[in-house]
Amino acid sequence: MSRNSIRDTFFEECEELLEALVEGLSSMEQDPDDMDVVNAVFRAVHSIKGGAGAFALDRLVSFAHTFETVMDKVRSQELKVTEPLMHLFHRSGDQLADLVEAARDEREPNAESEAAILKELDGYLGEADKDESFSFDAVTLDFGAAPVEIAEDGDADGEEAALRSFHIRFKPSPALYANGHEPLLLFDALAELGELRATADLSGLPEFDAFDPNGAVLAWTLRLETSEPETVLHEIFEFVESLCELDIREHDGLKPSPLAPPPDLPGLAPPPAPLDFDEPAAASDAAELRADAQRGEARGPRPTLRVDLERVDRLINTVGELIINQAMISQRIEELELPAVAHLTNELEAYKLLARDIQEGVMAIRAQPVKPLFQRMSRIVREAAEATGKKARLVTVGDSTEVDKTVIERLADPLTHMVRNAVDHGLEKSDVRAAAGKEAIGTIRLSASHRSGSVFIEIGDDGAGLNRARILEKAIEKGLVLPEAELSESEIDNLLFLPGFSTASEVSNLSGRGVGMDVVKNAVAALGGRVSIASSPGAGTTFTIVLPLTLAVMDGFVISVADQTMVIPIASIIETIRPSQRDLHAVGTKGVVILVRGAYVPVVDVAFNLGLASARKEAGEGVLLLVSTESQGLTALRVEAIHDQRQVVIKSLESNYAAIPGVSAATILGDGKIALILDPEEVVKLQPAAPYFPAITPPKLELHHA
Amino acid sequence: MTTKVLAIDDSRTIRNLLRISLEGAGFEFHSACDGVEGVEQFAEVEPDVVITDINMPNMDGFGVIETLRSGPNRTTVPIIVLTTESGADLKTRAREAGATGWIVKPFDDASLVSVLRRLTGHMV
Repeated sequence: MSRNSIRDTFFEECEELLEALVEGLSSMEQDPDDMDVVNAVFRAVHSIKGGAGAFALDRLVSFAHTFETVMDKVRSQELKVTEPLMHLFHRSGDQLADLVEAARDEREPNAESEAAILKELDGYLGEADKDESFSFDAVTLDFGAAPVEIAEDGDADGEEAALRSFHIRFKPSPALYANGHEPLLLFDALAELGELRATADLSGLPEFDAFDPNGAVLAWTLRLETSEPETVLHEIFEFVESLCELDIREHDGLKPSPLAPPPDLPGLAPPPAPLDFDEPAAASDAAELRADAQRGEARGPRPTLRVDLERVDRLINTVGELIINQAMISQRIEELELPAVAHLTNELEAYKLLARDIQEGVMAIRAQPVKPLFQRMSRIVREAAEATGKKARLVTVGDSTEVDKTVIERLADPLTHMVRNAVDHGLEKSDVRAAAGKEAIGTIRLSASHRSGSVFIEIGDDGAGLNRARILEKAIEKGLVLPEAELSESEIDNLLFLPGFSTASEVSNLSGRGVGMDVVKNAVAALGGRVSIASSPGAGTTFTIVLPLTLAVMDGFVISVADQTMVIPIASIIETIRPSQRDLHAVGTKGVVILVRGAYVPVVDVAFNLGLASARKEAGEGVLLLVSTESQGLTALRVEAIHDQRQVVIKSLESNYAAIPGVSAATILGDGKIALILDPEEVVKLQPAAPYFPAITPPKLELHHA
Repeated sequence: MTTKVLAIDDSRTIRNLLRISLEGAGFEFHSACDGVEGVEQFAEVEPDVVITDINMPNMDGFGVIETLRSGPNRTTVPIIVLTTESGADLKTRAREAGATGWIVKPFDDASLVSVLRRLTGHMV
């Protein structure tokens, strides 16, 4: 293990500590008197400081030190937790995170906010706390003289300092032995400084039968000739000070040497009055268990194993192969057309189930709770509220919900943006809220849950709800919608996802970052998920992100397109239609629409769009798959046939070949053939955009929930 | 005969740093991540010297020292406190609890090894 890899683990550990810190601070808000929580927060900051010191990250160290000193005042109950102090702690936590990140990326941290927060923290500190400005330079005094620097034979290199002779009288007390000291080792250390002669004083030895093994009766007189200064001698005895009688004199006519204790040490001043030993931080087990029970967690962290991600990914790949292999074997056996062999079928079924179990188990390894991700959002809410002059709090629900690690990583940006939006556009200012009879502080609600094989993540606010009239006006203004178009409420809501749409009346600090909801939508779509909006005037808006549980496996229809086998994700299909001739209508020279429950839906020929067929098929042939696309709303995709519904293992095309328009990935079927997985959204886009016919009442866009 | 060190610290980073500097100096290294685990490990490992952090969950460094010095399995094995503070009162408190010495974080390898040598007689 090299120092560099330790540096990496230090930053990993910082991440964990910062998470613990955020969590602790929010618990502190609930119950500022819970000392366990205060201690945990203190320790998190303290550990960051300790580790940062080892890597000479001075700025991080000194900030953490100031933060920790104020926290320590709370810990020792010198300081009451007030709302402004809590707010300062939150911001200090954010600043600490920024400093850690800056140190990791070797960039300059935000000096302005750092200085501002330090100044505020200093405001809570008395003069006594401040005068020991924290630096790690002076502390080397605390180490014993490092004999490393002394040549073996006692000759210092270079200039020979004058030899001096010291007379040392040393009488240990019983506590010296009880504390694990050994006089011989002290003498060894002295002997390294020069010529040492030691004489033991046995006069204290009692009669044998009165001997107390726990007592201390021996004393020594030592004579040391050395060129070292006296402070070095004191350093050697530093640990045993006050555990023995010690007298060091320079031997030049018995002049007692002035006892010059090294700086930063209590020296031989009278020992301070015995300290009150307050209860050690460790609570009694019972109390701790009670506290844990209240917090609803098991005592102590569960044992974990850290595994290199690459190994897990290799395993996932292999399991994917296993699933494919299982499908192949099933297919081969089917082809043999054996007489009904119940045993074989049973065993095959068992094999299939086992393979699935292994797969689920491996996927679970990559799953992580969304908690850290959600916790990061509390900072976003705070900063957004500060920037917009609003009051907001974050409530999280279901943060133990587990999601694939990659999904969590890739969700961070879209989620950040949505949370920011929720504060910026969703919530009203306090006075407006108060006027509407709402609580002055707005609430942003983040929730995660598993439902029917998908992960649902909701970002809700209790603001004013979407201003649909304004959205429509804006969309028409920007030429995104024709003025005469009649849109349903949910279609208006979905306009938010169009590229180049922004509703902020004035560009605030937060908006105008060049990121719109369309980017969010694309990021979610790239994860195989979708976003939907629900909003009611006066009560707020909720965005729902629905994601597949894993990125490696997908349920799909096996279809044929121009005699090729392909796969289309079931999640995107609303229904399948066997078209009857009378429902199909030609539009213009090329377009075809189909009447579905009174609404006209454009028909898209997949083979034609993919460039696999030039001649148009006779309308009415094949099967139509009704999908909901972002660009065209409801669309019917025409394919030749549907053969099967099965789970397929997703293989990236981009990393193995190249990106193909209209195709999201590939898979390997049971017969060993490669099948392309279609992306309905892109397939539709391959067609030159169909003209918009305002005369036809567009179908109501029904958001399809898996 | 190698000298066995038991290091008790809740920071993975510090444990790693101690590990490389002490294994490099020829010590046999064992570690625990809080006071409770440290006291348990002590009985198993039977170290020649203990290094303990002060601020830890479940049982802090003072708790460790008091347990090792006056618990059912009293020991006079040297216990070194590893701390970021260099305040006199902390040292006094550690000494009164029964600590043998202290090292201030961040430690440099040479000084750490020298302190351990001084307390255990371990030869490099």
